[in-house]
Amino acid sequence: MDWGSLHTILGGVNKHSTSIGKIWLTVLFIFRIMILVVAAERVWGDEQDDFVCNTLQPGCKNVCYDHFFPISHIRLWALQLIFVSTPALLVAMHVAYRRHEKKRQFRKGDRKCEYKDIEEIRKQRFHIEGSLWWTYTSSIFFRLIFEAVFMYAFYFMYDGFQMPRLMKCNAWPCPNTVDCFVSRPTEKTVFTIFMIAVSSICILLNVAELCYLLAKFFLRRSKRAGNPKHHPNHENKEETKQNEMNELISDTCQNTVTGFS
Amino acid sequence: MSWGFLSDLSGVNKYSTGIGRIWVAVVVMFRLLVYIVAAESIWKYEHDEFECNIKQPGCENVCFDHFFPVSHTRLWALQLIMVSTPSLLVVFHVAYRENREKHRNQKLCKSLGEIDGGLLYAYLTSLILKTGLEIVFLVLFYKLYNGFKVPRIVKCDMRPCPNTVDCYISKPTEKMIFLYFLVATSCLCIVLNLSELSYLIFKYSMKCYLKRYIKKRQ
Repeated sequence: MDWGSLHTILGGVNKHSTSIGKIWLTVLFIFRIMILVVAAERVWGDEQDDFVCNTLQPGCKNVCYDHFFPISHIRLWALQLIFVSTPALLVAMHVAYRRHEKKRQFRKGDRKCEYKDIEEIRKQRFHIEGSLWWTYTSSIFFRLIFEAVFMYAFYFMYDGFQMPRLMKCNAWPCPNTVDCFVSRPTEKTVFTIFMIAVSSICILLNVAELCYLLAKFFLRRSKRAGNPKHHPNHENKEETKQNEMNELISDTCQNTVTGFS
Repeated sequence: MSWGFLSDLSGVNKYSTGIGRIWVAVVVMFRLLVYIVAAESIWKYEHDEFECNIKQPGCENVCFDHFFPVSHTRLWALQLIMVSTPSLLVVFHVAYRENREKHRNQKLCKSLGEIDGGLLYAYLTSLILKTGLEIVFLVLFYKLYNGFKVPRIVKCDMRPCPNTVDCYISKPTEKMIFLYFLVATSCLCIVLNLSELSYLIFKYSMKCYLKRYIKKRQ
């Protein structure tokens, strides 16, 4: 089990995403996760072994390496990918909850339920409206925040996005200022810039998706305000909500009365 | 190492509450995935990269063994396995009951809303065990490593080191960051387990109380 399980979880969310969301998922998997697993891990694989300091003093290399690389690029990217993928779980949970409610309605034989069988409920694709809209929008918002935070942390920790060839270190027990040489600095710089560029593209996609969702929301609102004839729809929603509430209340009463079977 | 079976063990069954499912998501995404993707590679060469300021053969080995009786990663992996195992209780109980009900041609209750005594007790026991194991492992970590710090340098004077020798741990900052991450997610899981426990106890005590109250009135 590795990144495959993440793929399964996020793939499920794919069905309920907007088109921009689907593009984002593709970019995430192909350009970030795959590149990280296939290429970047090899480039950074020998980072400490080949980090060489111009001294024979034992311990100096360890200390200098720790001073310049508090957390490795690879680990930071892996953490970033995990955190950025997590808000999609919110959406997955919300969809699962809605499906569960529909299944419950169907089992009760509710006449308003328009599905023919449980398989249809399972395969149904929910439109992004109502409470799902709020969940989806907040998940995009959190994604943006995580991306921005990690990019800033990266920039702050490594003073920019370039990997220098030579670093000067005078941490104890190094006897004086010592030259330390990083392995494969150019290749690492190339990959760093690539990952940063793809992160920026993902941020742009998220911003575009957010704007799209907000525009859709305001358009729908103005349509509803402009067309009073469409109120029956709105009233139907109110009725369904009230019906659901009534069902919940009667369920709890029934459960408390029957108690342990 | 294949960790796939752990996701089955984690107890994503239809008898989990909502908080239980969040717990599974936290364990899988934040603990298991981070462990596999990051922690295993950080601690991979910890012995090779552990260096002491001495040429005496055997001194490094002895000092490493003194400061790291059990490696962080092994303890972490043990914790993940132990913490996921109590859900097996629920899985076994469900399997046993379904087998029994098959013979009687009855259906086991569909959701936690109508759960009966045996399954509820199994679920509550699994929650208590999970919380207990998390706390035990956190305390173990704390005692073994004197807090959750990983120092850059440790002073060692075990035989055959001739006198007090400086030994340098590799990647101490990165290890510390991930240790704190482990502690934070453990605490989050403890909080989730405790809230699920109190929610279930509260819900079923209310049900019991209401049932008795209705009986009295009748």
